Amino acid sequence: MYEKTEMRAVMASMVEQAMDADDSVIIVDADLARANGNLALHAKRPDRCLNVGVAESNMASVAAGLASYGFKPFIYTFAPFAARRICDQVTISIVYAGMNVKIVGTDAGLSAGLNGGTHMTMEDIAIMRSLPGLVVFEPTDGDQLAKAFPHILAYDGPMYIRLHRKPAPATFFAGADYRFRPGQADVLRTGADVTLFASGIEVKEAMVAADLLAADGIAAEVVNIHTIKPLDVDAVVRSVTKTGCAVTCENHNIYGGMGSAVAEALAANRPTPIEFIGMKDAFSEVGLMNPLIKKYGMDGEAIATAAKRAIGRKRNNAVLV
Amino acid sequence: MTVCTETIDRAALEAKCREIRLATVREIADLGVGHAGGSMSIIEVLVVLYERHMRVDPADPKKPGRDRFVLSKGHSGPALYAVLADKGFFGPSWLKTLNRPGTRLPSHPDVRLTPGVDMTTGSLGQGLSCAVGIAIGSKLRRDGARVYAIIGDGESDEGQIWEAAMLAGNQGLDNLIAFTDYNHMMIDGETHDIMNLDPLPDKWQAFGWRTWVVDGHDVVAIDAAIGEAKATSGKPCMIIMNTMKGKGVSFLEATRLNNHNVTITADQLAVAVAELGGADNV
Repeated sequence: MYEKTEMRAVMASMVEQAMDADDSVIIVDADLARANGNLALHAKRPDRCLNVGVAESNMASVAAGLASYGFKPFIYTFAPFAARRICDQVTISIVYAGMNVKIVGTDAGLSAGLNGGTHMTMEDIAIMRSLPGLVVFEPTDGDQLAKAFPHILAYDGPMYIRLHRKPAPATFFAGADYRFRPGQADVLRTGADVTLFASGIEVKEAMVAADLLAADGIAAEVVNIHTIKPLDVDAVVRSVTKTGCAVTCENHNIYGGMGSAVAEALAANRPTPIEFIGMKDAFSEVGLMNPLIKKYGMDGEAIATAAKRAIGRKRNNAVLV
Repeated sequence: MTVCTETIDRAALEAKCREIRLATVREIADLGVGHAGGSMSIIEVLVVLYERHMRVDPADPKKPGRDRFVLSKGHSGPALYAVLADKGFFGPSWLKTLNRPGTRLPSHPDVRLTPGVDMTTGSLGQGLSCAVGIAIGSKLRRDGARVYAIIGDGESDEGQIWEAAMLAGNQGLDNLIAFTDYNHMMIDGETHDIMNLDPLPDKWQAFGWRTWVVDGHDVVAIDAAIGEAKATSGKPCMIIMNTMKGKGVSFLEATRLNNHNVTITADQLAVAVAELGGADNV
């Protein structure tokens, strides 16, 4: 039901409903309430919405103070500022102190588009998943977010929510039968030749790749890793046990993100040929998201090519064995 | 205006300060090393707060609506622990475990470990923001709680202190009473050499705070300022305490330029015991 809805609007609507039901839900913005879809909520619920100005560090620690008082704060800023700029406040005031603060980072990676390289975090997942105990969640579309929201709210601890602000590039979870299972990856398409693990805006590209591969007679399994930490290791191992090779697809540097998490899990449990789709240790130029996805080799076609490489490596391994 | 100086017993408070000062030195001496200087400079304010103002219940350390305390200059944890033990938040034997394996008294306060600690601190500049969040929370809950916070003078170089100051001023948080431990020393030297803070009261006033400047080792002066701060309406309050790093212990005062994180030997502990009038066998 949220196919055309901006994900920031879904988030705001969920938070507003939560405020109606729970007087401890509160939001803190740092002069990006307009950008993050919260301005109307500030007008409607001024008692539950705080704006600290352009002071993200303060936002994080103030939220920790509120959480220590029993509130359930959601704090919002662009993803680069949430992960990079206020890394220490997130680490100490929130995560180390064990505070129930939900950190919403928007416009991650290439989705920052015309704001350019300064605003395109390619390292936020690497930073956030290295903080002990911090849950890292990246919803794929508005419906998945809406169905995950009750679990987000119920989770009594810190969580990083990597949020695409605009409508999702494509939607996969609008079906009435979709049930969000916290911490469990979603298999979007089954196949036996290669697994495409994908997060965020790259889920659409992985599904495009799966279609391209199907045209070549290759059956790709597409697994959406919405919760990057804790990773659903069972689902990852289960899928590659069947397919024997994988491609990870993420809107992030290939170092330290979801691909690394999958690689760590497979190295420990089931060594498997893996190809990594994402930013190849580079900063992006300014531009629109879709052309940039193509430019940096993160589109469906590039994923399909990488899948064939992975399958080739699987065969080589078989020969060696 | 209610000022609570009428019934104040200066001698009793000063005796308590000597006791807490010695307990703090002993904590550090037991291990042999620790943040002694900055702990000594806040003994008086901690004693005045916990003896005279903080509405807390050691038997129920998480009691809703209680007053909160945030030691934003977290490296002075040992002084806070001595006071919390004295109030009965935990037994005095805990003080012997400071920074030892498995302790619940780490160098810097940890809300997850220690009864009576309301916020984790240690990364300078963050605690005052946390205190502002707590003060806003209390206002939202309308529970009448107050938040007390101590920041350091060196800590005041952190930009986040002034982010917190601006927010508290804008919000008119009159339930927030903060203290600057103005001991004029930082790790690398004197504040006026490294990063001059003066005129410090003017800075806080410009951010919308009511200010006082007091002798931070005068329990009556501190108590009077807190009394006035509690009676203040519409503004957060900053009590700037002129203090001495290492105050009250001769060998620490003598190394004022370098007593931030120091060793304390058994012989030095004996000196402190003699100076502070404690019993050596405690």
